[in-house]
Amino acid sequence: MARFISRRLFHLIFILIGVSVLVFLMVRLIPGDPAHLLVGEFASPEDVSRIREKLGLDQSYPYQYYIYVKNLLKGDMGRSIRSNVPVSQEIFVRFLATVELSIAAMIISSCIGILAGVISSARQFSTFDYVSMVMALVGISMPIFWLGLMLMYLFSVKLGLLPLMGRFTMGLDYHSMTGLVLLDGLLTGDFQLFLNALKHLVLPAFTLSTIPMAIIARMTRSSMLEVLSKDYIRTARAKGLSQGAVIFKHALKNAFLPIITVIGLNFGLLLGGAVLTETIFSWPGLGRYVVDSLMARDYPAVQGCILFFSVIMVMVNLVVDILYFYLDPRLRIDGKG
Amino acid sequence: MRRFKMVFMLLTGALVFPAMLFAQTPVKGGTLTWGRGGDSVTLDLAQATDGESIKAGIQVLENLVMFRKDSMDVEPQLATSWEVSKDGLVWTFKLRKGVKFHDGTPFNANAVKVSFDRVIDKTHPFHKYGTWRFPALGLGPVKEVKIIDDYTVTLRTEKPFAPLVANLALWLCPILSPTAIEKFKEDIGRNPVGTGPFKFVRWIKDDQIILERNEDYWGQKPHLDKVILKSIPEVSARFMALQTGAVDIADDLDPDSIQMAKTNPNFKVIERPSVNVGYLAMNTKKPILSNKLVRQAIAHAIDKDTIVKTIFRGLAIPAKSPYPPSIWGYNYKIVDYDFSVQKAKDLLAKAGYPKGFDIELWAMPVSRAYMPEPVKTAELIQSYLAAVGINAKIIRHEWGVYLDKTSKGEHDLCMLGWLGGNADPDNFLYGLLHSDNTKPPAANIAFWQHAEFDKLVKDAQSVFEKAKRSEGYLRAQEIFREEAPWVALVHSTIVRVHNKKLRDVPLRPNGLNSFQMVWKEK
Repeated sequence: MARFISRRLFHLIFILIGVSVLVFLMVRLIPGDPAHLLVGEFASPEDVSRIREKLGLDQSYPYQYYIYVKNLLKGDMGRSIRSNVPVSQEIFVRFLATVELSIAAMIISSCIGILAGVISSARQFSTFDYVSMVMALVGISMPIFWLGLMLMYLFSVKLGLLPLMGRFTMGLDYHSMTGLVLLDGLLTGDFQLFLNALKHLVLPAFTLSTIPMAIIARMTRSSMLEVLSKDYIRTARAKGLSQGAVIFKHALKNAFLPIITVIGLNFGLLLGGAVLTETIFSWPGLGRYVVDSLMARDYPAVQGCILFFSVIMVMVNLVVDILYFYLDPRLRIDGKG
Repeated sequence: MRRFKMVFMLLTGALVFPAMLFAQTPVKGGTLTWGRGGDSVTLDLAQATDGESIKAGIQVLENLVMFRKDSMDVEPQLATSWEVSKDGLVWTFKLRKGVKFHDGTPFNANAVKVSFDRVIDKTHPFHKYGTWRFPALGLGPVKEVKIIDDYTVTLRTEKPFAPLVANLALWLCPILSPTAIEKFKEDIGRNPVGTGPFKFVRWIKDDQIILERNEDYWGQKPHLDKVILKSIPEVSARFMALQTGAVDIADDLDPDSIQMAKTNPNFKVIERPSVNVGYLAMNTKKPILSNKLVRQAIAHAIDKDTIVKTIFRGLAIPAKSPYPPSIWGYNYKIVDYDFSVQKAKDLLAKAGYPKGFDIELWAMPVSRAYMPEPVKTAELIQSYLAAVGINAKIIRHEWGVYLDKTSKGEHDLCMLGWLGGNADPDNFLYGLLHSDNTKPPAANIAFWQHAEFDKLVKDAQSVFEKAKRSEGYLRAQEIFREEAPWVALVHSTIVRVHNKKLRDVPLRPNGLNSFQMVWKEK
């Protein structure tokens, strides 16, 4: 097991080298001069060339890459061209907001998605099956933007039940310890803060959960249907086990591998930031930051974010693989061998 | 008698009642929440280029001088008076005494020197802590800052430069606490310490900036306890936030929301002319466009009124000069090219193009206040040109590429605009139309060169009397009209929508709005 993990972490080094070269080249090959974008239409030509020099953009690509990697090895991702703030700091504060939203969205989508998939498979071709699978189709195809605005309009403007936007009430005198508002509420025993954050989380998390929810529901259903047709399920039923025991104890456990993969993959994607949801609900997450940085050709920021995403993706995949070990005894034996 | 009494009562009522309505005493306290499209980039305004940074920073930082509340004239702020030497090279500023920065550091000549030197002096120890983007617009002309005594500084320029005092009123020339500059180094932009009416409290990135009243403010203390600037990137969400009362002000709304706000009795909509211009530059280095008659024909072919009505929903005025009438020295006497297909066709025939020609029309890829829907505008212009026989092909590039290529003169016709922050004609005429600025990367993207125009504009830079400077500018605008290097399209109107409970909300054409006097009804 330890060997497996260390091998995967070793691979990470090569992935990072590859990604860093690719991103470095890509951001520079897309047209658009960051110095010009930075100062916009209101700058004098001298200002533009001065900025270019200051940012080191007048150097050759190999030299720029050398400087970049040299700093990276020291743990320095550089400073954002736009804000002159270290990129690592910019990423970190926004990432925690994204983590909170992603975890909430994944909990909602996993719970509802798995439940709907299980019931659909247990009652294949029933009305519930049809309705939930049509819903899943709608869920995948519905524009997030539209859904988010509609939910906002209904629950915040019309009914006044939930707050419109943000992570907590504006101007709240609250200093974050962990960066996760819900966790802060729990740790400090501040129930008001916890409730405040929870209320703010409901609409964006639900909006964000719809697509993964639909994917998980469909995956659960098909995986369950496959397992339910297996001999050992027939044996279990023949033993006279109850429907619940058959479904949850014997079938679901065995159907879980592909579901875990889908959940992991989607979670990884969400951690990269959800631009639309973050934009609609004014959620200060990473997705908006990446898009804004890309638009402004903020090279260090884009490079930092993509590198960061690669690490996250590798880590999430690693966790999924480790979970496989525990879920599938066959892998454990293979792993030892 | 009774009738007389009634008339008397009615009359006094009519006089007193409105007075009561308008002369309400400001209420102290309350929090103002301000919904806007994006977050600030930096609060060290000497490094700022975006409107969102300026909105927040201007509450915290102050300059030597500032624009008046009701006009674009300049008045003292941290300086109490100033004078310029006879040769026009040395400006002496007397500074306000007894002013303290938010961190307790006293404001004096040293603070001015440190704040300015870090921008203009490459050898200054703090120079490396910032990315100084627009010195040409701000402190660029200043070559030396000298401390005469604790409360007197002089600024020396290389050449006489009359617009300097207007430059100093721009956001680019703030005075920051020297202690804070030294303490925070490159992070000063996240920890701004100025002398302004509001103190910086906290900044949660991409979310909110919190400011609070500066109880030790040297001037009239602000009424509000707190100002929260909240980023709400989605425009519908921003309007919903205003409707639910989550924010008191919603910036940059779309025309439909503005219409809805106008009919809602809970909101107030204020409109002001801006200090910008949206224009169509004609590259005079291209053979066809080097012909004045062709340029005049294009000017006749475009219907600006329709552009104002359809693209701007009426929130703009058609332009006939490079700068708007809200700036001094505007030539009202100029008669604009009227929209006339016939006149355009006649001019084209006279120029030797009776059947028209093919040409490229470059459309901006981003929307700006002076050009909210650039592609639609380009399509409209394309149709106008087609009507006179000019076949224009719309070219689009990504923004950085667009700025780069137009500054090198690769275009025929291209759309762009300008916001003249310091409200000085020089900012438009020299910056955008003088031949000094035709060397690539050029700001004069018509690449237009005119000896008399050049001389008038250059001479005016060293004239310190406004009336005299105006004379040169009036004539320069006549030349611009005749030569038509651009079709000046529009000057947009700026709009602010806010909750009616807010009072005395400022809306300056250049976006430099201090919330010092704003108050909120209970």
